[in-house]
Amino acid sequence: MQELRKERLDRGVKVRSESIYAISSLKEIMFIIGPGLLLAALLLILPLFVSSYWQGVLKITGVYVLLAIGFGFLANYVGLVSLGGALFVGVGGYLSGGLNYFFDLPMIVTIPIAAVGGALICTILLLPALPLRGVYFAIVTLVYPMALSRIIVATGAFRGTDGLPGLERFPVGIGPIYLIFIVILICLYLLSRLVNYEDFGLVLRGVKDNELSIKASALHLTWYKIQAVFIAAFMGCFAGAYLTHLYGWVGTSLLAQDFSILPVAAAVVGGPGTIFGPLVGAFILVPISEAMRDYGTLRIVFYAIILVIFVVFWTEGILDYLKRKYEQFEHWVEM
Amino acid sequence: MGILIYGLINSLDLILMSIGFALAYGVSRVPNFAHGALFILGGYLTWLFLFRFNIPYLFSALLAVIITALIGAGLYRFIIIRVRGMPISEIIASFGVGLAILEFLRWTGLRGTTYMLPSFFRGGVYIFDIPVDFQRITIVLSGIAILVFIWLFTSYTKTGLALKAIAQNERAGLVLGIDSDRAAMIAVAIGAALAAIAGIIILPLGNIIVETGYEVLIFAIAVSVCGGLGSLKGAVLASFIIGYAQMLTVSYIAPHYHFVVAMLVIVIVLITRPSGLFGKQKELEERV
Amino acid sequence: MNDESILKVKNVSKSFSGVQAVDDISFELSKGDVLGIIGPNGSGKTTLINLITGFLKQDKGTVVYNGEDISKWMPHKIADAGLVRTFQFMRPYHTLPAYKNLIPPLYSKRASRTGLGNLGDRDAVAIDILEDIGFERDTRVPFKLAGTLPLGYLKRLELGRCIALKPELIICDEVFSGLSMSEIVSMVPLMERLQEEGITLIMVEHRLRELFRVANRVIVLSFGKKIFEGFPEEVFEDEKVKEAYFGGEDTYVFK
Repeated sequence: MQELRKERLDRGVKVRSESIYAISSLKEIMFIIGPGLLLAALLLILPLFVSSYWQGVLKITGVYVLLAIGFGFLANYVGLVSLGGALFVGVGGYLSGGLNYFFDLPMIVTIPIAAVGGALICTILLLPALPLRGVYFAIVTLVYPMALSRIIVATGAFRGTDGLPGLERFPVGIGPIYLIFIVILICLYLLSRLVNYEDFGLVLRGVKDNELSIKASALHLTWYKIQAVFIAAFMGCFAGAYLTHLYGWVGTSLLAQDFSILPVAAAVVGGPGTIFGPLVGAFILVPISEAMRDYGTLRIVFYAIILVIFVVFWTEGILDYLKRKYEQFEHWVEM
Repeated sequence: MGILIYGLINSLDLILMSIGFALAYGVSRVPNFAHGALFILGGYLTWLFLFRFNIPYLFSALLAVIITALIGAGLYRFIIIRVRGMPISEIIASFGVGLAILEFLRWTGLRGTTYMLPSFFRGGVYIFDIPVDFQRITIVLSGIAILVFIWLFTSYTKTGLALKAIAQNERAGLVLGIDSDRAAMIAVAIGAALAAIAGIIILPLGNIIVETGYEVLIFAIAVSVCGGLGSLKGAVLASFIIGYAQMLTVSYIAPHYHFVVAMLVIVIVLITRPSGLFGKQKELEERV
Repeated sequence: MNDESILKVKNVSKSFSGVQAVDDISFELSKGDVLGIIGPNGSGKTTLINLITGFLKQDKGTVVYNGEDISKWMPHKIADAGLVRTFQFMRPYHTLPAYKNLIPPLYSKRASRTGLGNLGDRDAVAIDILEDIGFERDTRVPFKLAGTLPLGYLKRLELGRCIALKPELIICDEVFSGLSMSEIVSMVPLMERLQEEGITLIMVEHRLRELFRVANRVIVLSFGKKIFEGFPEEVFEDEKVKEAYFGGEDTYVFK
């Protein structure tokens, strides 16, 4: 008979808590989870107290926040830089709009289908660039939205430049704001759990750090990238479907540069350190951008410049800066 | 026959559009995503000098090329140099600059038929019964001239050889006393100048509109990816492949599709042969 | 010792734009063997490893592992079959703590097949493996970011990544190089233990004294060609080897 020996393994909690000094008091727990709770509370209370103009802005902001979080997740935790948020918005928007217009499906059906189906379509479209490293993913994501809008205009599919009018719209009021804010909060919670605590998320971070080691660890590199892109595309396509039913209209403007570049700018301004950075960036940039709507494309110039300034001169970003101030003491000492 | 001739013209169009991008990437590994913006800027500045300041055509063009080259140099010297070696930041930064230029021009009203450069020479000739106007012949001739110029420049002048050395082995170049930042700045500036020249030569065929800027960028990327990022030889060959492919689709399937051809080329190349026709990228990538 | 052949490399060649990096190399390996591969710089050792583990595709020749032709397999599939490698230039996940570096291999299908991946909590398994390979358990070392670890720990981490997969064959690309004498001394028993556990080893090395302590067979490469194969004691009797090492500009000190 085989001889057996009892082996004892520490529980993960015990192992990990050796890296944490002590969380003993409520005060210390609040120090750690306080900012997150504050943010959630702010998001949930804010819509109640603003004018209807600002409610509109908040809805648009929500769309951009989702895109920016998706961008930040891909760029900072998987190492894939997407310059094509417009692709996600366009595919999601056209899918839900098309289903609603041609098949008369209600939006409670079209939005989920558009989010999942659109994410699938986007992932398949982006598949050629995924096994490669470096600039290719950025190139492909940049090209697709432009090409798709040309194809739609040229072939007249989805009624070409006119777009699909008269789609089902969200009711007025604060309901739609809560819809997107709750989706944002869920995404934030799941993503931050994923990249910080889940083994799957650690593998994704490994993909960013070192693709060769992932291969050498008997893991299928492209498969993990596919899953990550699907997650980001899901959020983007949901944002697109939401936008469609917000305006009740679908057109090639869903594939415009705004949706590609503003999320990038928001993620860069917010900072790469945490999953929450892009949200902060979007809440700063989008209202400014909306206020500049009268100046036409000058607002794209505005956030392109902001983007360059942050990428080149202040890569830390706002949230990381605040985080540093929050977590550390600073004082001057004499030399 | 018409396809043959217009395919050739289209191919040289593409060479003109993409050679600056390919050169800058080949020498300094800077993906200059502001390329399309510099193309439009070259044309717009020429228009500005020509019609607002009434400077003769040739001098306007020259001035525009010089200014664009300076902007290219500045782009490298003040922005890209700070994110050197981080390809993603380089792309985002240069794309941001290009976007700012293009959308600013759009805001100033760069659309419609107001902005149009006159042809250099009026009229045209018949080649094998196909009408070809002089502007298109200028494109072919100047395309060839620029290729010859680049070949002479990189084979015989000291600066050109230095650029080539840096492209092949940056460290060895540094040891030989070549300032790689200066070389890269020159490369980006030359790339910008080539973009402006291309704009000035090609834009008289139509209006100066902002969308063209994005198209040029995509075409330049498609050509470079197809030829292999960084390979000038590959870029020339890829221009011919894409040029004729576009001509064939436009004449046999439908117009408006030349952009889609470029996209398809990128996707097909990435699936079948990611290193492109003459690329060294793959080999470098595989070094473990 | 078991005579069963585990790895067969047959006439493998690879050239980079005209330079013949690996030229028609063949060798065979039995279970439990420890094979040393030595040779001057640029003799194609690392290229050979890349060819065997699928990170490069050979121009000619085949690699047979456990009776299967793996020459066209993807790297992750080869690793999944139990043929793993370390990298000469260490490739840790530098933004993750050291013990989290072992999570990706433990997350793989192979790890859950061979047992380590589904034992309780992967963090705990990772810490145990790290302790095994010489990370001090009750210190903060395993919790430090991999990017901040010194060279010796990084080399061990590379090995740890392999061990987490419970491999049958490990190819070590210069695990001793760059280490101080005392670090090497503590590494040698680790290699010996791996050998005792029945793991077949291929070691690419410049540190010959330590290599010969563990290796029972040696291959010498020069300019991509195999110029010698035999027991460690015979290596420097061979004229060709002497020429390859002492004849050129590369001068090596052996003892």
